[in-house]
Amino acid sequence: MQPYNKHQSIAALMNRSNVDTDQIIPKQFLKKVERSGFGIHLFHDWRYNEDGSKNADFELNKPAFKGAKILVVGDNFGCGSSREHAPWAIEDYGFNTIISTSYADIFYNNCFKNSILPIIATKKQLADLMGEISANEGVSFTVDLEKQQLTTPAGNGFTFEIDPFRKENLAKGLDDIGLTLLQTDAIDQYEAKHKQNFPWLWA
Amino acid sequence: MKKTMYEKIWDSHFVVEAPGQAPLLYVDRHLMHEVTSPQAFEGLRLANRKVRNPHSILATMDHCVPTKDRDLPIADPIAKKQIETMADNCQENGLNLYDMKNPNNGVIHIVVPEHGFVHPGMIVVCGDSHTATHGAFGALAFGIGTSEVEHVMATQTLPQKKSKTMLIQIDGELSKYASAKDIALAITGKIGTAGGTGYVIEYAGEAITKLSMEGRMTLCNMAIEAGARAGLVAPDQKTYDYLKGREFVPSGENWDKALAYWKSLPTDKGAEYDTTITLNAANIEPQVTWGTSPEQVTGVTSIIPAPEDFDDEIKRQACENALNYMGLKAHTKITDIAVDLIFIGSCTNGRIEDFRIAADIAKGTKVADNVTAIAVPGSYHVKKQAEDEGLDKVFIDAGWEWRDPGCSMCLAMNGDELTVGQRSASTSNRNFEGRQGKGGRTHLVSPAMAAAAASAGHFVDIRNL
Repeated sequence: MQPYNKHQSIAALMNRSNVDTDQIIPKQFLKKVERSGFGIHLFHDWRYNEDGSKNADFELNKPAFKGAKILVVGDNFGCGSSREHAPWAIEDYGFNTIISTSYADIFYNNCFKNSILPIIATKKQLADLMGEISANEGVSFTVDLEKQQLTTPAGNGFTFEIDPFRKENLAKGLDDIGLTLLQTDAIDQYEAKHKQNFPWLWA
Repeated sequence: MKKTMYEKIWDSHFVVEAPGQAPLLYVDRHLMHEVTSPQAFEGLRLANRKVRNPHSILATMDHCVPTKDRDLPIADPIAKKQIETMADNCQENGLNLYDMKNPNNGVIHIVVPEHGFVHPGMIVVCGDSHTATHGAFGALAFGIGTSEVEHVMATQTLPQKKSKTMLIQIDGELSKYASAKDIALAITGKIGTAGGTGYVIEYAGEAITKLSMEGRMTLCNMAIEAGARAGLVAPDQKTYDYLKGREFVPSGENWDKALAYWKSLPTDKGAEYDTTITLNAANIEPQVTWGTSPEQVTGVTSIIPAPEDFDDEIKRQACENALNYMGLKAHTKITDIAVDLIFIGSCTNGRIEDFRIAADIAKGTKVADNVTAIAVPGSYHVKKQAEDEGLDKVFIDAGWEWRDPGCSMCLAMNGDELTVGQRSASTSNRNFEGRQGKGGRTHLVSPAMAAAAASAGHFVDIRNL
């Protein structure tokens, strides 16, 4: 995984709530057996017209948001299906940061496996950020994971919370499986006990 | 210390907490289907890692499989490749797979309980959010992403953060034909699709203990629609009776040991939950969703709300967007909504009990003009049992299609889908935009409500039948 470094990037605004993973990546694109190439299908049904041309009314198609790495969205982002194709598509499109008041649990977990930082804002903080982008489309924000700090030109930045282990692994781009395999002795010991306690599962 | 069932399961599966890392929990059972696993197997291969406990895995093919003409090759080459990849991955790693032509095949969350693969007190995962289904047995069962699928295959563990606990207490008695589906929808309507975020829900009360195991599975299945990764129902005699004698359930001395353990699982009297919500089952009408989120739901005797009925700006906007997408006018009576297609099936409502109640209502009726009705059993076992009971004939005589098992129109990956503007009464779990086909309009209902709409051509209050 890529380490997550401090960066300054355009923040794109998509003021929609309860965006579900079926919208992020519609099911017709879930048949692939590869992990890459989903960015082109991100928000497909909103992003493209029937004839395959870009829908000019869709937020992310605004020229001012081109190249954005930060996505600012409404409450409860990523609800619904567990499909990791959703963060794969978000990451492949070019985003590495999402800002919302809340995320569905499975989606939130999946972000950290894909070098994406989902920042949790209060309602007021989110509204202020949305106001700042609306007034100045194309504005860039700075994200500093180390200091857990978001900074904006109009001063709507804030300090955000994140679990220490998630921060560490994201910042360093650590491989979760590799970390867990360091605990193989503990897993072996647990499993030996498990066989004693629950023999019917091993019969 | 007094513990909830969730805390007991957490404690018994705690492996280790390394400094600066999340606690690792041991995973007993890992369920798989073709859509969310291929990239995980690829990851294992690239890292030269092996599946730690192949016996902990049960795999099926369900999302992409055709529900008719199954003897023909799959027409969609990308779906065909995904199906073949699943078969190759399972063979290479020595995993138990119920492939498309296996008599045990079906939707993963229907198949697993049929074989007794999940027991009370287990931790169960699957790359599928409806894994919550298995909480019906008092197992902690939740959906994970594909990276986590790979993690569990390699290590048999998952780093986890402890959830908060929510008790949903439902006393009273359901009215005639109101079902577990209506409870699930009513809860989502009450607390919203983010209401359970960060929580594991435990369902309790008279109305829950009275539910069959099938009903409890329907209820827990939709915990995720209320935002909770997992739902739980305490195991009781119904649970033990359901499990006894099934393939992966212990017998003899091991049955006695397992039973003693299972009986220790229910929440201790006096244990505390972070949040408690109460509902009275008697007040739960048959439910119908009117919007594009499962929380946009109301009782069958109600009318569709108007945006201005909501105080909250976000909900008002969501209502407006939903009415626009759904092609509905505010204040229309639910019973005046005409439907084009009926779908009974899915991991939510594809079990024998669902087809029994639907057949009970479909018996002697005819599907209305211009309406298509399809019944898709959750598994070949459900299909066979229904046929043994003559239910297939009831549906066919009434003008329904009787299909082979699969996820089918729940998420429309296999070619079964709505066309633009078509309106369904569906027993599945999600009414998101485009879920059942681009431009398709989904109303989530119980099997009884779906069956009644098939012959009427619009929603009807089944309590008056």
